[in-house]
Amino acid sequence: MIKIEHLVKNYGSNCAVDDISLEVGEGEIVGFLGPNGAGKSTTMNILTGYLSSTSGRVSVAGIDVLNDPLNAKRQIGYLPEQPPLYLDMTVDEYLNFNYELKGCRLDKIAHLGEVCEVVRIGDVRKRVIKNLSKGYRQRVGIAGALVGNPQVIIFDEPTVGLDPKQIIEIRNLIRGLGKQHTVVLSTHILQEVQAVCDRIVIINKGRIVADEKTENITRVIENNRRFNAKICGPQSQVLATLKTLPGITYAEALAERDGDAVTYMIESAPGVDIRKKLFFTLAERGWALIGLEALGLSLEDIFITVVNKSDEESAPTRYTRRTRSRARNSLEGQVASELVAEADRRREEASVLGLSDDADTDSDRSGGSDGN
Amino acid sequence: MFAIYKKELRSYFINPIGYVYVGVFLALAALLCCYTTIISGSYDTSAYFMYMMFAFVILIPILTMRLFAEERKLRTEQLLLTAPVTLTGMVLGKFFAALTLFASTLLVSCINFIPIYAVAAAERGNQDYDFYHIGPVTGELVGCLVSLLLIGAAFIAIGTFISALTENQLAAAVITIAVIAGMVGIGVLNNYIDVYWLRVVLSWVSVYSRFGNFANGLFDFAAILYYASLSFVFLFLTVRVYEKRRWG
Repeated sequence: MIKIEHLVKNYGSNCAVDDISLEVGEGEIVGFLGPNGAGKSTTMNILTGYLSSTSGRVSVAGIDVLNDPLNAKRQIGYLPEQPPLYLDMTVDEYLNFNYELKGCRLDKIAHLGEVCEVVRIGDVRKRVIKNLSKGYRQRVGIAGALVGNPQVIIFDEPTVGLDPKQIIEIRNLIRGLGKQHTVVLSTHILQEVQAVCDRIVIINKGRIVADEKTENITRVIENNRRFNAKICGPQSQVLATLKTLPGITYAEALAERDGDAVTYMIESAPGVDIRKKLFFTLAERGWALIGLEALGLSLEDIFITVVNKSDEESAPTRYTRRTRSRARNSLEGQVASELVAEADRRREEASVLGLSDDADTDSDRSGGSDGN
Repeated sequence: MFAIYKKELRSYFINPIGYVYVGVFLALAALLCCYTTIISGSYDTSAYFMYMMFAFVILIPILTMRLFAEERKLRTEQLLLTAPVTLTGMVLGKFFAALTLFASTLLVSCINFIPIYAVAAAERGNQDYDFYHIGPVTGELVGCLVSLLLIGAAFIAIGTFISALTENQLAAAVITIAVIAGMVGIGVLNNYIDVYWLRVVLSWVSVYSRFGNFANGLFDFAAILYYASLSFVFLFLTVRVYEKRRWG
C-alpha cells in the first residue's frame, strides 16, 4: 500500500531522513517510534506530499507521490501533529470544507454522518471548534482525515496532550480504523504502539533501527521486568531484604511516599517472575505490600535492546558491545525528556485506574461542557 | 480551488475583519465622493477615484494580510497542502475570494453616484437649452471603475504575495501598506523630479501615472495590460514561494 525506497531528506547540511526503505501492506497498522527529531514527522510529511524528498521514491497505493501528487493525495488522510483546524468554523462547516476540498463524490450527508459516528463527535457538530476541548478537537481532526474514505490514514502523534481517558479512546478508535484502512502513526510512547500497532518501526536519527512485529518487541520487553513496589516498613531493612532476595538484580528506594509506605524500584532477572516470592517474603516479615506496579521498558532501553538484538543477528558478537555503548551515549541526552514525559503519563494513567470516578468527571468537564 | 474560494470568502464574514473592511471602504468612499463632487460643486469624478486609490493603501492590506499568514501560523496550511489541490488552485482560490469581496464593495460604493446623477438631472430639468453636457460622463466613470478594479486586483496580488512570506499578520499588513504606498507615491513624487529619464522610468512603473489617462477619459489598454500583468506576476511569485518552501 505504501512503498518508500531509499528516502533521503536534507535540510541544508542537516540530514533529517537518511536512506529509509519501508513497505506497508494493506490493512496494516504500523507505528513509527522514535525520540523527537528522529525523522518521523519528516517521513510522514514527505509521504503526504507536504514536503518533497531530496532523493528516493515514495508511492501510495501504487501512485508515485512526486509524479502524480493529486491522485496520491486522494488516497491519504493525514492528521498532522497539530490538527489543522479552522477554529472559527463549526465542526459541520469544517467537515464540509474537507469534503469539498478533497473533491469527494460519496453521498455527503450519509458520509459525514458516518464519519462523525466513527469518531463520536455527533453531539458537537453544530459547535464552533474554538470552544471544544482538546480531545474533541483531536477527534475532529481525525474526522477530517477520514473524510473521503482514504485508503491510507496517517497520524502524527495522535494522542499528545490528551488526558488518559481520551488517550485510551483515541487508541481504540485507531485500532478500529485499522480494520478498513492502512494506518501509519508516529509516537514517542512505547505503550502506544504496543497497544495499537501490528508492527513497530523504530526510527532514530533518520534511520530505521528496527522493524519488527509487535509481538516480537513485546517478547523482548517481557524478558526484563521492572516494578514499582509500595511497601510499609523500615526503609533500610526493606531495602536490604529486597537486595538480597534471589531473582532481584537491582533495588532502589524512590522519593515517593504514600503515608508510611515507601516506593521501591525493583528490577528482576530475565525470565523470573518475582512477584509471588516478593509478596510472601514481605508478608513473613510483617511488612505490607500495598502497591505493585509493573513498569515497561523505557524508550531508551528498548532502543538499546533492539539495536543490540538486530546487531547480534547480523554482526559478529564482538561488535555488539561497542554498538551498545554507542547507542547508549547517543541516546542519553535525547531520551531524558521522553523519560520524564513517560513517567508523567504513567502516573496519570495510574491515577485513572485508581480514581476512575474522579477522572470521569474530569474528562466530562473538559469534553462536554467546556467553553460554554 | 472552489472549496478554498468559498471557505475564504465565508471566513471574511465569520471574522469581524470582513465587516471592518466593508464598513471602512464604504464610509471612506461616501466621504470622499461627497467632498470631491457635491461639496466642491463639480461633476468631475476623477478626483474621487484618485483619492480612492490612496485609500486602497489602507483598505487592501486589511483584505490580504490574513490570507496565508494566518494559515501558516495556525498550521492549517498543512491541510491545504496535503489535500488534492494544486498550489496554483490554492493561491487563485484565495486571490479570487479577496477580489470578489473587493469588487462587490466597489460595486456597492457606486450608490455614491446616484446623488450626483440626481443633481445633474435636476439641473438639466431647470434649463431648456442643451448646448453642453451636464453631469458626470458615464463612459469616463465606467473606465475609471474598471481601472480601479484592476488596480485593486494588482494590489491584492501584491498583498497575497507578502502574506505568503510571513506568518505574522501584522507584519504582512505593514509591509503591504509600505509597498502599495510606494507604488502609489512614486507617481505623486514624479511631479517633483527634474531628471528626465528617471521621470520616464518612474512613470512607467507608477500605478498612479497610468491612472491619469482614465481620469482624463481615455480608455488606456496599455495600462489595463500593465495592471493585469502585475497581478499575474505576484500570483505567480506566491505559487513559487510555496513551491520553494516544499523543497526547502
